[in-house]
Amino acid sequence: MTNTTNASREVLIKATGLRKSYEDFAAVNGIDFEVFKGESFGFLGPNGAGKSTTMRIIAATLTRSGGELTILGKDPQSNGPEIKAHLGVVPQADNLDNALTVEENLYVYGRYFGLPKNFIREKIEELLDFAQLMDKRSVKVEALSGGMKRRLTIARALVSEPEILMLDEPTTGLDPQARHILWDRLFRLKEQGVTLLITTHYMDEAEQLCDRIMVMDKGSIMAEDSPAGLIKQYSTREVLEVRFGSDRNYVVAPQLEVMADRIEVLPDRILLYAENGEALLHEMNEKGLHPVTSLVRRSSLEDVFLRLTGRTLVE
Amino acid sequence: MAYKPRQGSLKIVDVAQISRVGALSVTEARLRIMWKFAWSVGVTAALNPTLYMLSVGIGVGKLINAHSGSVDGVKYLTFLAPALLATAAIQNSMDEVVFPVLEGFKWTKSFFAINSTPVSARQIADGVLFAAILRTAFSVTIYGVVIYLFGGFTSGRGWVAIPLALFAGAAFGAFIMGIAVAAKNDDTFFMLLGRFVMMPLFLFSGTFYQLTTMPIFLRWIGWLSPLWHTTELGRYLTYGHHLSLAMVCVHVGYLIAMFGFGLRYAHQQFEKRLSK
Repeated sequence: MTNTTNASREVLIKATGLRKSYEDFAAVNGIDFEVFKGESFGFLGPNGAGKSTTMRIIAATLTRSGGELTILGKDPQSNGPEIKAHLGVVPQADNLDNALTVEENLYVYGRYFGLPKNFIREKIEELLDFAQLMDKRSVKVEALSGGMKRRLTIARALVSEPEILMLDEPTTGLDPQARHILWDRLFRLKEQGVTLLITTHYMDEAEQLCDRIMVMDKGSIMAEDSPAGLIKQYSTREVLEVRFGSDRNYVVAPQLEVMADRIEVLPDRILLYAENGEALLHEMNEKGLHPVTSLVRRSSLEDVFLRLTGRTLVE
Repeated sequence: MAYKPRQGSLKIVDVAQISRVGALSVTEARLRIMWKFAWSVGVTAALNPTLYMLSVGIGVGKLINAHSGSVDGVKYLTFLAPALLATAAIQNSMDEVVFPVLEGFKWTKSFFAINSTPVSARQIADGVLFAAILRTAFSVTIYGVVIYLFGGFTSGRGWVAIPLALFAGAAFGAFIMGIAVAAKNDDTFFMLLGRFVMMPLFLFSGTFYQLTTMPIFLRWIGWLSPLWHTTELGRYLTYGHHLSLAMVCVHVGYLIAMFGFGLRYAHQQFEKRLSK
């Protein structure tokens, strides 16, 4: 996405030098970013990167220590309820009302937004359908699976038709099938033009759902672009993963360095970055280097993160 | 029917209205949860006073009436009625603020969900307290009816003890709500509350006998207790227990202060906890 395109788009969130400090520790260390209407914007980073803190400041539930922040043109510090009225928040841990049924959870949440009963009743039908929970409407929340609770939490956040839907680690703790169902639902929202703000430490999730990603580490921004743009800028097209055994990886690494654009030696494997992974493997074999296992794959955001921070995303 | 945002929150959410009546949406949710336990709420509300009337009111009362004829110039059940109503109100409101607070902040964290909406931290506290007051109103009214049926209200003013008990419940509920928010460990909190607050209040607040009967070194528990202040006022209002105007002012002032400071403390605690 070019800056020219961005210039013509409506800015919903604008942060300048945003900072949050706890005594001697900076959770968010002076970051700048903009989120545009209708886009899906992701904060990618490991645990402790400052993603959730940033989300909570945007959600007007945490005060910032410094910098400027406007959401829909207003400062959340002085216009908390006005900002909250237009956000749909899906927290990291589901905080549903266990004593109430699926339907009642949606109803009471709608009432917190002051919505009329008739409007909520109609909206509940849409949301149960959207969350694929129609047959669970009268079931108490405590009887739902993790994936169902997650979908209900997302449905709940949509009851007020928010301008921005914020999802903090939406699929953490879910099994692969539940994750894919959830991604499908979120993708549908994106197609409908709902502005999504997502934090995740899963690179596949970020690649699937986000138009633009801000890579964060230790409270700072490491890079910001589209998933494809980040990979293009910070990695090669392909990656060759080889294993020589944990004792030999460090021994052969110097010989491999000259063959690839860049290499990363991890405790269990070596990553070789090249435009053509198969050709590199062939060259390696010709030089008498025969790894125990090898795998050629496309570069991912994990490689971008490794390049930017020297660490893997999920450690 | 798929989800389709038709108007958007900018058109459908009225923030000004929520700033006025947002607490009521919290009360509505609390009442909805209480309704799930309506059967046990109803049975407890009726059975508790009936058993008390039978055992203490009638049983012990007969013994006392036979021995001394009356207490404070009235039959024992009449003497006891305001204290029992106040105790029920305090116990009920405490239950209805402590459990939701621990649930909302610790167990399900549902208060953090509400905090993501335009409803403010103060409104959450107000909404929970108001729901507790409504539940307490139900319970003490039933209690009052049972006392009436057992002949505990000898004057036409007996019913006055009901709203008075309710106000004491509200004051104590507000105060204890703030303390429950600050509780770090709920198991310890319940144990301390039950053993070192509720039990001494019940035993040393002039509930079953006048506080002046107690040795002076134990009376301070009563002086600190909202139960004693409410009971004294209740006896004064229902059957004319002797109180100087100054003491009436002390009792009324105590309850008003407890409500005011309690609610303020609860607001502060809610705001602090939800902005961490």
